[in-house]
Formats: sequence, structure tokens, C-alpha cells
Amino acid sequence: MLAGVRAILPLMPGVVPFALVSAYACKEAGLSLAEALGMSVLIFAGAAQMAFVAVFAAGAIAPVILATVVIINMRMVMYSASLAPHLSGAPWWARALMSYMLTDQAYAVSITRFGERPDQPHKGWFFLGAALPLWVSWQLFTVVGMVLGAEIPPEWGLEFTVPLVFLVLLVPAVRDRPSAEAALVGGGMAVMLAGLPFNLGLLIGAGSGIAWGVWAEDRNNRRRRRGPPEAAEGEDGPSSPSMESHLRGQETGA
Amino acid sequence: MTLSDWIQPPFTAQQFWGLVILCGVGTWLLRASFIQLAGAFPVPRWLTRALRYVPPSVLAALVVPALVQADTVFTSAWDWTRPAAGMVAVAVAAITRRVILTLVVGMGALWTFMALG
Repeated sequence: MLAGVRAILPLMPGVVPFALVSAYACKEAGLSLAEALGMSVLIFAGAAQMAFVAVFAAGAIAPVILATVVIINMRMVMYSASLAPHLSGAPWWARALMSYMLTDQAYAVSITRFGERPDQPHKGWFFLGAALPLWVSWQLFTVVGMVLGAEIPPEWGLEFTVPLVFLVLLVPAVRDRPSAEAALVGGGMAVMLAGLPFNLGLLIGAGSGIAWGVWAEDRNNRRRRRGPPEAAEGEDGPSSPSMESHLRGQETGA
Repeated sequence: MTLSDWIQPPFTAQQFWGLVILCGVGTWLLRASFIQLAGAFPVPRWLTRALRYVPPSVLAALVVPALVQADTVFTSAWDWTRPAAGMVAVAVAAITRRVILTLVVGMGALWTFMALG
């Protein structure tokens, strides 16, 4: 569990300003402390809560608000499917609790750890160790933001620490040619679709990256099977390290 | 009370809480989907294959738009300091793979670039 806590700590400076900004938005929309905290406890999803408040303040009808939250959180299904095999040993009530605490950050550090150490013992505890500090600070800084109206000066750019941590997690996730292409497509599509509402750019970008990765793996397998040696040594061998690093450089520096 | 009273603002406190609870349950169902079903049925092979590409795709889709400031790119609001600091961080992350070092160097670069310009 402590290993999970350690893994999540670098993400905390980025989460605190997010919670404060989210609380500030609730305050602006005229919500009470109880209502703001209720949202943080019951929904516990930053981007979705901020969108909830925005469409609520704009006078949207209830189904639109609900649909907004569901669409923004649709990416959680991908995280759930990706983590499920690692958490399947836990009893159902523990899995229900872990599901409740599933976030981008807890997913990212956990799947990275489980990928690096497939035989990691007590995966559920590692996940909870990563998820619980986020939950506690999210609630705490929702209250702080509502009561004190405190805001960290945006010009400090603390929110930038979150993509920096994810960047370090992206490096080991790119382990072969198909996964490098998946990252390239996922990142590229997300940039092109960044203007879409409801976090759809993230959802569609990640979805296209996954589909491309599977397709690229098939393509590589076909090539290898066809493969008398000269085919494998062709203009782009299935996973030549230089090509990988080339792709990675292109991707992250895009 | 008719249906339209229920779904249209202004909401009573009761309606607001009902809506928040619905949103919470909906979000939990999305999160719990596969985690709860794990072991209940054999996972099809296409799904296990697809799942291997979730981390690189999702992380790239989270990171790249934030680094290049994709929401303002090609507009006058675009600011070069985050993308430039991002490039520095990419180099540190790719070479060292160390989280804290990348954070320190990346944020140091960001604040330096902000001070410069």
C-alpha cells in the first residue's frame, strides 16, 4: 500500500489546484458547501464535476447534465477493463470500493506498476494506496476551496505537473512498434480533436490508438509469418529499436 | 408534478441531490463495469489484445494535448512556454525515466521560460 502512496505523491501538487478550481466553480454557481462536497463525494471525478457545474449554471435540463457527466467519464470503462485482470483476486465489495476510487491518476500509476512487475503481490493494496490519498485530498481541498475561496495563482502553472508525471509513465508503456504507433495515433488524434466538448478528444483519441495498435500488431505478425528472413529485415523490421525511439521522439515532441 | 418539472431548472434541493446521486451512480457503473465482471465470464481474446494498447494510447492522449496546449494551438492565445518546457521534460523522461527529476526539471524550465518571456 505504501508503494502505491509513494507512486501517487508526485501527482498531488497537480491535483490540489484542480480541486480548488473545481470548488471555486461550485461557489460561483451558487452551490452550498454541502452540495459541493456532496458532488465531490458522490461523483468524485474532477472534469465531470466541473462540466456538471458549467452546464448546471447555464440552465441545462437534468438529462443533459447526466449525459454530460456520463460521456466525460466514459473513459473509465477503458481503465476498468484494463485493470480488471489485476484486481480480480479481491472480494466483490473491495472491487466495488476500488471502482469508486478509480481515477486517471490512480489508473496510470497502477497499470504502469503492474506492467513493470507482473508478479507484484497485493495489487489491490497498491491500487488503494494510490487512490486513497487522491480521494482524501480531493474532499479536503473541495472544502478548503469552498470555505476559504483559496486559489493557487494560475501563473504558477502547477496543473502542468500532471502531464509531466503521465509523460514519465508513457515511456515504459511504449515497449514495441505497435504500442509506439498506438501512442502516436492516440496523441495525434487527441490533439486534433482537442476542440471537442465533453473530453471526447481524449476518448476518441485513445480509442483510435487502441484500434491502431491491434491493427499494427496483426500487420507485424502477418509480415513475420510471410517472413523469409529478407522480409523481416526489410525497410522496417517489426520492432527495430531505432525506429521505436524515432517514433517516440516524434510522438512526445509533436 | 409532471416530468418536465423534474428535468427542468430551477431545481429544488431534492431534485439537485437526486441528479447528483444519479450522476454518481452512473459514474460508478462505468468504473465498476469490467472490474466487477472480472472472472464472471471468459475474456474474449480480441479484448485482451486490445487492452494491451490502453496504457500507451490513453497516456499519449492525456499528455500530448496538454504539452502542446492543443486547446489554443493556432490561436493568438497560444503560449510557447508550456510546449517548450514539455520538450525539455520529454528529453529528461525518455533518458532517465525518473518522475521527480522530470517534475523538477520540467517545472524549472517552465518557470524559467515564463520569466524570460
